[in-house]
Amino acid sequence: MAAASLFRQRAAAALADPTLQAALARAQDGFVAKRARALGALPELERMREEACTLKDHVLANLDRYLESYEAQVVRRGGQVHWAPTREDACRIVIEICQRAGARLIAKGKSMVSEEIGLNAALEGAGLEVIETDLGEYIVQLAKERPSHIIAPAVHKTREQIAELFQRHHGYRERLTGVAELVADARMVLRERFLSADVGITGANFLVAETGSNVIVTNEGNGDLTCTLPRVHIVTAGIEKVVPTLEDATALIRLLGRSATGQEMTSYTTFSSGPRRADDRDGPQEYHVVLVDNGRSEMLGNRFRPMLRCIRCGACLNHCPIYAAVGGHAYGAIYPGPMGSVLTPILFPGGTDADLPNVCTFNGRCQQVCPVKIPLPDLLREHREIQYQRGITPPRQRWALALWGALVRHPRLYQILTRWVVGALGLAGRRQGSFRYLPFLGNWTAGRDFPAPQGPTFQAIWRKQERTRRNG
Amino acid sequence: MRPSVGLATVKLLEQAGCRVEVPAAQVCCGQPAYNSGDFERARGIARSVIDAFDGFDYLVAPSGSCTGMIRVHYPHLFEDDPNWRARAMALSAHSFELTSFLADVLGVEQIPGPCVTRLTYHDSCSGLRELGVRAQPRRLLGSLPELELVERADAEVCCGFGGLFCVKYPEISIKMVSDKASAIEASGAELLAGGDLGCLLNIAGRLRRGGSTVRVFHVAEVLAGMTEGLGIGEGQG
Repeated sequence: MAAASLFRQRAAAALADPTLQAALARAQDGFVAKRARALGALPELERMREEACTLKDHVLANLDRYLESYEAQVVRRGGQVHWAPTREDACRIVIEICQRAGARLIAKGKSMVSEEIGLNAALEGAGLEVIETDLGEYIVQLAKERPSHIIAPAVHKTREQIAELFQRHHGYRERLTGVAELVADARMVLRERFLSADVGITGANFLVAETGSNVIVTNEGNGDLTCTLPRVHIVTAGIEKVVPTLEDATALIRLLGRSATGQEMTSYTTFSSGPRRADDRDGPQEYHVVLVDNGRSEMLGNRFRPMLRCIRCGACLNHCPIYAAVGGHAYGAIYPGPMGSVLTPILFPGGTDADLPNVCTFNGRCQQVCPVKIPLPDLLREHREIQYQRGITPPRQRWALALWGALVRHPRLYQILTRWVVGALGLAGRRQGSFRYLPFLGNWTAGRDFPAPQGPTFQAIWRKQERTRRNG
Repeated sequence: MRPSVGLATVKLLEQAGCRVEVPAAQVCCGQPAYNSGDFERARGIARSVIDAFDGFDYLVAPSGSCTGMIRVHYPHLFEDDPNWRARAMALSAHSFELTSFLADVLGVEQIPGPCVTRLTYHDSCSGLRELGVRAQPRRLLGSLPELELVERADAEVCCGFGGLFCVKYPEISIKMVSDKASAIEASGAELLAGGDLGCLLNIAGRLRRGGSTVRVFHVAEVLAGMTEGLGIGEGQG
């Protein structure tokens, strides 16, 4: 038998890690309850989802137009827009901006697209120092890990693990234990870095075409500081982030906070539009936007277009029972959970586990909670179709399907065969009622019994009854 | 596997005044092929199912999963084939999950008892989210005299069955069904009912493995007053 895939190895390790399991259980319960409370108070929720979905579809159908007008507005306000077809292009552009500015230290706000393009490694490779300013992202950076969740990067870590990390990296003799103490500690360390950073890099929640504004939502205010304190502000964003108007952005913000953390609004909603103007008291001298494509244009033209509606709220992760069982790192991808398993094979073709679209029960809860109504299970099934066409589906599954498919086309034979198998199993399991082990079903019986069939098949009983009825 | 589910279904439908037929040419709905990405094979199976159920007023199945396949996914499978799509749409419009057919289409309000037990219900995902089956089984069960329905916070969480998923990713599936079994045990219910045999086999298997005494039945069996017999996974001893 072939060695277990990397996904399977990581998933098995995650299931066997009691600390991680505790962190996951706590986080999932919290997210689900908070979202339910926040959205339960909104009778217009379904209408809002419908409108958000229509809005995003409209933008995607006219993406070129909105991106052009966004660019024109940024330029009008004194900023620059850079187009990056690939991850490598995006990193190169950011590095060049930093080098031209003579930068040494770079402060970053949380940005998933910067994770997607591998920006930190690229910047460090170019001799630049990068500091993450979002608390969760900072923790992950100290631990030399990757975010395990798109809105809560360190959700897999317990308080004790974080305390240990801070003690080691901040060089204390005593270990901090309270949440408030830990946050205050990180704030103190980070404030210092904000003030000395040359460049601030943020992501974007929305890019507003009519004003050229970038909107980011945060809960720590680190986004504000990253935008305003350093000399240069660089926004990295996927091209699908554009919306027509400020009003459209606010319509989506109403859904974003509630879907993500159960907040009506996040603590900070930051708008940045271009560099400092003559009469501004603060703000950067340079303002750059790097628009990342990395496979998005291709998605625009194929069956995965609905995935571009995604506003990265993380609700699908929070409601996914697979994510809850194994956590984000098991996916081995930048974007974990349902949205990640749809995106990853497209954004990183060839470089990912074939498991991702298959690790799903099609329970549909992700689609149910998605604020922009992305049919995530259908899109995962489309990936399975591609895998089947390309011969990636495991041979055992293909043979089983072929054999079963042939049987199903011959109902008579199918019924005779099932009558034998089910009859034999029913007889064998009559006393115990269930099997503790069955050959060919070891994966089932590894952790649960297999209930024995009653014996005869329904079709057999029914035909017999029909015969009696006819003859009687 | 469990013919009593079919017999209970027939009994409930006949009680409500329906004439029931079971086409001999029917087979599986094709969902395993569809969910494996083998759309061509799924289409082939779907065509034979559509043929087999041609000419009936309604198709009723004691399963949210199979009904969801026929109602929601058949039309999608034939998106590029106008003839078959029309036939798939027609079958889709007349296909119902058992409890929603009884409650919504036939307007059944009262089920003759007796059944005295503390019962908890497992909402199977396909029925719940693809077909909106949630209130119907509860309404019907609620009409049974003295039945006490125990609700659980995890009612909308998948049990980890997921068709081939349960054998393709056994560790994750077992973790999910273990959580489910614990929640059912903790609810204090004596009986678990649900609308899909796949989920029920999975949950019953886990309950048995853990030595639980909670009995497991398909909702059709409970409504048809057939809980005197052996539950899923129960032996003659």
